[in-house]
Amino acid sequence: MKNSVVSQHISKQFDDELENVRGKVLAMGGLVEQQLNNAIKSLVGGDLDLASSVVDTEVQVNSYDVSIDQECTKILARRQPAASDLRLVMAITKTITDLERVGDEAEKIAKMGIELADKHGPKSYYIGINAMGNLVSRMLHDALDAFARMDSKKAVEVAGKELESDDQYVAILRQLITYMMEDPRNISGALDAVWVARALERIGDHSRNICENIIYLVEGKDVRHTSIKYMEEIVSDH
Amino acid sequence: MQQNNPNTAEKIDEQAEETAVTESDTPTKTHAIDMSSIIKPGVEAKLADEKVCIEVSNFNLFYSGSQALKDISLTIPEKKVTAFIGPSGCGKSTLLRCFNRMNDLIDGVTIDGTIKLEGNDIFDKSINVADLRRRVGMVFQKPNPFPKSIYENVAYGLRIQGIKDRRTIDTGVERSLRGAALWDEVKDRLDDLAMGLSGGQQQRLVIARAIAIEPEVILLDEPASALDPISTLKIEELIYELKDKYTIVIVTHNMQQAARVSDYTAYMYMGEMIEFNDTSTLFTNPNEKMTEDYITGRYG
Repeated sequence: MKNSVVSQHISKQFDDELENVRGKVLAMGGLVEQQLNNAIKSLVGGDLDLASSVVDTEVQVNSYDVSIDQECTKILARRQPAASDLRLVMAITKTITDLERVGDEAEKIAKMGIELADKHGPKSYYIGINAMGNLVSRMLHDALDAFARMDSKKAVEVAGKELESDDQYVAILRQLITYMMEDPRNISGALDAVWVARALERIGDHSRNICENIIYLVEGKDVRHTSIKYMEEIVSDH
Repeated sequence: MQQNNPNTAEKIDEQAEETAVTESDTPTKTHAIDMSSIIKPGVEAKLADEKVCIEVSNFNLFYSGSQALKDISLTIPEKKVTAFIGPSGCGKSTLLRCFNRMNDLIDGVTIDGTIKLEGNDIFDKSINVADLRRRVGMVFQKPNPFPKSIYENVAYGLRIQGIKDRRTIDTGVERSLRGAALWDEVKDRLDDLAMGLSGGQQQRLVIARAIAIEPEVILLDEPASALDPISTLKIEELIYELKDKYTIVIVTHNMQQAARVSDYTAYMYMGEMIEFNDTSTLFTNPNEKMTEDYITGRYG
């Protein structure tokens, strides 16, 4: 089933429609991933041009969001998909919402970068943030990869990293609080850094959501609000 | 085995069987959220909570040597809608017709295995076939009202049961027509010929005739495939209302219809029962690859 998720229908046209919408999701994912990487890079490196390009990309991401949604609605209305086809369409509509929100978070990070360029906080604020950014960016990348391959095992693996990103968030928070206690003049800059860490933590959550959608699509089991252990059981069930 | 054009002799016989009477108490509907359908246990777990109406065990059927049904076993729960789906020639109509022994009328049919209705083998020598067909009514693809008035169509079954009292028959006719959601449309012209009704109305009239004799089971063989979408929806709505009182088994080529009206769905292919499952599960996450291919349009 995994390899034939969008193909082998009697209606070739239906194959094309599903393939087209799946391709668009991957394109949108690629765009969002790039947005996130550039946002982190611009924040850490203080690159204003790169930051504003992230903000500009948002328009494209939004238009993908709308057009994929429309196509899914069209497929539902005209094809009345069932079983794996239905799950694919449902998984896509949810996934693009998550991707769009990742885009929003990336935009927030970039805007923060633009603001922070004026202030001069200690660089050390961003060491932890850079590491966390790399982690969630890899999560997003791997989640999209799992989506492209319809690989539920990989999806579980990626979803498991969300706990790691939560841990990093807590660690960053603790570090930033230390800075604020050391010198109240750091508070303003450190608070901004908190917001960035918060945005990254949300991106980790969205990446996990995407993985859960993949597991639903491939295995037919809704694993939202369950444990990683349960997901592992579902995936290794066959 | 689609048999949409039964010969005339059969047809009269069939018509006599699907006559009928309803109780007047309005069906009670429950709209409680069924958590079990969210948690999705296996169909066995779900069936365990149902009362069994028809039980088919290791059932085989041959049409003069060629096997049409292969080792079918399934349980049809009481007061639920069970749908049979599958490509033409998969045996779904043949199986449906076994439930009131309609296949007795075809030469060269041999069977083995058992079908039990409420625990009694329907192929047992002691079973009165006419009585079985009163308990198990049937409605066909093409509406087949008698060339009589609307009233007489429904009254027919009551009359052959020996009911003579005019008032009893009047009440029975009204109950049945109300039960079939047709009363409001025909109450002012009960003496008109049934042939003057639209296809959808005729089909509901035939259902009224079937429920007039108070069957336990109603078999529907493609009941809406010759109807327009609005009439189809009316029939589907009627099925929903009827399941409070009757066990309904429906054969349909329209998968969306099976998905809409049924509680359980059986997918058949080449005379075999491939999957029998809770309808929501079957249409969202079927257990069998073959079911998946059929319902997603990959069959063939």
